[in-house]
Amino acid sequence: MAEKSKKKDILRQPMPEQEPDVRRRNFDEVPVGYTPETAMLEAQRCIQCKKPSCVEGCPVSVDIPGFIKLIKDGDFTGAIRNLWSRNALPAVCGRVCPQEIQCEGVCILAKKGDPVAIGNLERFAADYERAHGTGELPPRQKPTGKKVAVVGSGPSGLTVAGDLIVKGHDVTILEAFHKPGGVLVYGIPEFRLPKEIVAQEVNFLERLGARVECNAVVGRTVSLDELFEEGHDAIYIGVGAGLPRFMNIPGENLIGILSANEYLTRANLMKAYKFPEYDTPIPKGKDVVVLGAGNVAMDSARTAMRLGADRVRVVYRRSREEMPARAAEIHHAEEEGIEMFLLTNPVEYLGNEKGRLTGMKCLKMELGEPDESGRRRPVPIEGSEFDMDCDLVIVAVGSGANPLLTQSTDDMQLNNWGYIEADPETGKTTKKGVWAGGDIVTGAATVILAMGAGRKAADSIHDYLMWGW
Amino acid sequence: MFKIVKRQEMSEGTVILNEIEAPLIAKKAKPGQFVIMKANETGERIPLTMADADPEKGTITVIYMVVGKTTALFKTLKEGDAYQDVIGPLGKATHLEKQGTVVCVGGGTGIAVLHPITRGLKEIGNRVITILGARNKDLLILEDHMRAVSDELYVTTDDGSYGRHGLVTDALRDIMEKEDVKQVVAIGPVPMMKFVSLLTKEFNVPTMVSLNPIMVDGTGMCGGCRVSVGGTTQFACVDGPEFDGHQVDYDELMKRLAAYCEEEKECYNEFCTLEQA
Repeated sequence: MAEKSKKKDILRQPMPEQEPDVRRRNFDEVPVGYTPETAMLEAQRCIQCKKPSCVEGCPVSVDIPGFIKLIKDGDFTGAIRNLWSRNALPAVCGRVCPQEIQCEGVCILAKKGDPVAIGNLERFAADYERAHGTGELPPRQKPTGKKVAVVGSGPSGLTVAGDLIVKGHDVTILEAFHKPGGVLVYGIPEFRLPKEIVAQEVNFLERLGARVECNAVVGRTVSLDELFEEGHDAIYIGVGAGLPRFMNIPGENLIGILSANEYLTRANLMKAYKFPEYDTPIPKGKDVVVLGAGNVAMDSARTAMRLGADRVRVVYRRSREEMPARAAEIHHAEEEGIEMFLLTNPVEYLGNEKGRLTGMKCLKMELGEPDESGRRRPVPIEGSEFDMDCDLVIVAVGSGANPLLTQSTDDMQLNNWGYIEADPETGKTTKKGVWAGGDIVTGAATVILAMGAGRKAADSIHDYLMWGW
Repeated sequence: MFKIVKRQEMSEGTVILNEIEAPLIAKKAKPGQFVIMKANETGERIPLTMADADPEKGTITVIYMVVGKTTALFKTLKEGDAYQDVIGPLGKATHLEKQGTVVCVGGGTGIAVLHPITRGLKEIGNRVITILGARNKDLLILEDHMRAVSDELYVTTDDGSYGRHGLVTDALRDIMEKEDVKQVVAIGPVPMMKFVSLLTKEFNVPTMVSLNPIMVDGTGMCGGCRVSVGGTTQFACVDGPEFDGHQVDYDELMKRLAAYCEEEKECYNEFCTLEQA
């Protein structure tokens, strides 16, 4: 009884962060991370439920009470090994998972107060291992002699690779870009996920024995059938959605309008924020508008602020309640001075004689009846047209299915939107020996859902390699 | 790494040929397709349409003009040096068809891109008339290569130092007036492609152009290379790089190509200062 009441007295340990007015002009990571003392204190708050709902809330079923207990006992190496047994990318997940709607959202403590800071603890264990770890690898099963090609090195591909390599299969990861990591390197900014960490997570898989081949555009450099001819027994496709959506309104090809994909790729993968030390340029808007209100929109807005904008507005046609971004991301953005310009929809871009953007013609919106997504439909208010000045627009209104790979093979079924048809339980496509998962199956979603799909597919691929289709 | 096995300077050192070891790309490359290249860790990714590919040797050839920091950096690479990244083959291959008499018009380094297409058109039985344009005699490239794959070849120079004094469109108009031309292929600077397309439109002859807008990934992921074709937006990297010349909005393309001219100047000047130091 005494210990229980003591636990109750410990408040959720806040994550130390860079101050907003400092961090809004640098690309260093925003949260600084727990110290071992803070981590052990926070770990004490977990009451070690017999039937932990947090584990059910995790798409890759991390043994959450297990690794937290090890942290509480000061066995940080044990904690990371426990994490690795279910999750190849703990340093990434600890940072970018939406814990509030997953593990932490269902934590028993959340019913009466703050949930255990599971994400912060996961991050701590991974960071501690990176800084102080022994480098000792988890055990790998005897080689099976089976070869697997993983197409795409984003979160789902890395998960599949990690799972299959420890099961003894021979794994090659093929990446179209010149660096591995997929959305973790081209999409998510340095200040949320340092690229050094992604490189280390990939390096971890390489040390386990996975091969990474960059500059390999499957569908162009090599086809799926050729991968089979080369002796691969199974293929996993985790190429992401990869087709930027635009507004399709007049003036969209003016200079100064970029897809979020392009803007973030320039900033993150190409390190344009270090221009001219790095050669890739990026437009440095002074008066920036970001269209859309998801996590990618927040990443874009916060990047624009760090690149020296005087003003950054997130323009969204619905209201605050419908914004798809994580609450924490919106909070971070607003702390950094980004304005939410809601219930507003652009109908035309305005430009000058040089073809450069100068502003947008917009309509004010109001919310009507719910639409098929269950959210209230935004309806234009008649006569509400107004002009908004801006010199850079970043379009972050979602993505579609990139057809580059899927068009190059004719025996794999796609749905009406061009996404790959895959069994939700196994990830099996209609092409024998080929699995798919992540955004190219579901449409744009989160890192951890892609990892969950990768986990299921890896189990199914393993069964296939050992027992047949 | 992608090793340079042959390097050659042309046009008074302003145009460079690189033959590069890239066996996977060489095996797949078709006329009209491009690669994305990056020299080193801090380098920029730029698209270059291939001038040739040799699947047996496992090499591809690109020919580029030195215009800014990235191409100036490429120029410093010697035989035996390597590019860090070469990605491809990207884009759609040229649709080659036997039609009768076709005219191939090339300007600047566009001639390098035009060469495998011209060869392809000739090989499948077309009568090929080629027009090459350059500012002056010394800047003209690949004349012999082009002559070898053409039935007739004409050269125009802006200053009259070689061939006919004038523009490629002057020579093209004469040919269009006396020949039954079935198709025109024009590859070169954007203004050249624009005026060739305006001319062939008068004669109602289908015209194919190859575009080289600003790109990042080359796989349809960023949309940086969007061009207006017939009033709709296309991605040059996956829908092109070749388009119906009569449908392309060249003025928009020229403006978009200048999107980073300030930054390019800054980057190039810094590089030149460092090179001289």
